[in-house]
Amino acid sequence: MVEPLLALHIPDGFLSGGVAAGAAVLAVVAVAIGLRVADRTLDEARVPLLGVVAAFVFAGGTSGHFLGAALAAVLLGPWLACLVLAVVVAVQALAFADGGITALGANVLNMGVLGALLAGALLAGAARAFTLRRETFLALVAVVSWLAVMAGAAATSVQLALSDTIALGVSLPAMLGVHALIGVGEAVITVAAVSAVLVSRPDLVAIGDAERWALVPAHPAAEGAPA
Amino acid sequence: VSRRSTRLLVVVGLALAVGLATAVSPFASPSPDGLERVAQDQGFVDRGAPHALQEGSPAPGYAVPGIADERLATGVAGFAGTLGVFALSYGLAVVLRRRRGDAPARGRGAAA
Repeated sequence: MVEPLLALHIPDGFLSGGVAAGAAVLAVVAVAIGLRVADRTLDEARVPLLGVVAAFVFAGGTSGHFLGAALAAVLLGPWLACLVLAVVVAVQALAFADGGITALGANVLNMGVLGALLAGALLAGAARAFTLRRETFLALVAVVSWLAVMAGAAATSVQLALSDTIALGVSLPAMLGVHALIGVGEAVITVAAVSAVLVSRPDLVAIGDAERWALVPAHPAAEGAPA
Repeated sequence: VSRRSTRLLVVVGLALAVGLATAVSPFASPSPDGLERVAQDQGFVDRGAPHALQEGSPAPGYAVPGIADERLATGVAGFAGTLGVFALSYGLAVVLRRRRGDAPARGRGAAA
């Protein structure tokens, strides 16, 4: 059977009503903040980018186990990322029956919000604290992409434990073990995508002083001032 | 330059995504991993059940019903799904941007 049900999607029945509702509240808050941030800061260049990021995250999800939270955070900023990832996860649940309906909030939280906010906060913090060279930035992107997947896996385990579905001591090692490898794939794809954007449109990187990533290349002689 | 290269990035990015979802997803590994595998290993996979709302899903499990060839069914689902999320997110962004009115764009984007 070719039926790729994806890495972290929780179906209905795994979570208790209380846990599902609590997760849904957090997801709704994040999406609401995303809408507010979009209202205030969405610039013309990023309008089509929201669509492209959604398409790429969806395609990566059906082809492999790409979550895309870190990628979305890098290209859109963490709050717009929450918005786009919620769209993707909702379509996966409603159109493709991947991930539950009552579990939708938990899935948006685990596969979108947590990763996007974690990756966004870590990268923005690093960009404020240090003058990052391009390779350093990409290495950090790899690390936070991996961490975003692991955070989603850990949160899923916690929610399953709170729902009395499976003990945390059993599910956490299993989930982290499985996703440690999935996270490596996530890191590779995210770094490749961010590199491509840095080469073509460094201004679209939403975190830190983006133009610097391109202007401090590995080989300083290779790139001059932008034409 | 900025406007044209945005369009190029959008076209290339979307083409890549549609290509992946259409041509690569049918060959994705069918063996369960991630949460599904843990659920099977630990014996709670049977607790999961589709929601009533999902009875009418157009393509449950990323396979368009009525197409006998499984790979083709998945490829068509991937193609439609990718364009669908693109249109939804793009449309949402257009609406949000319009609501914001004609405020000048942030300076940062203009440099390239």
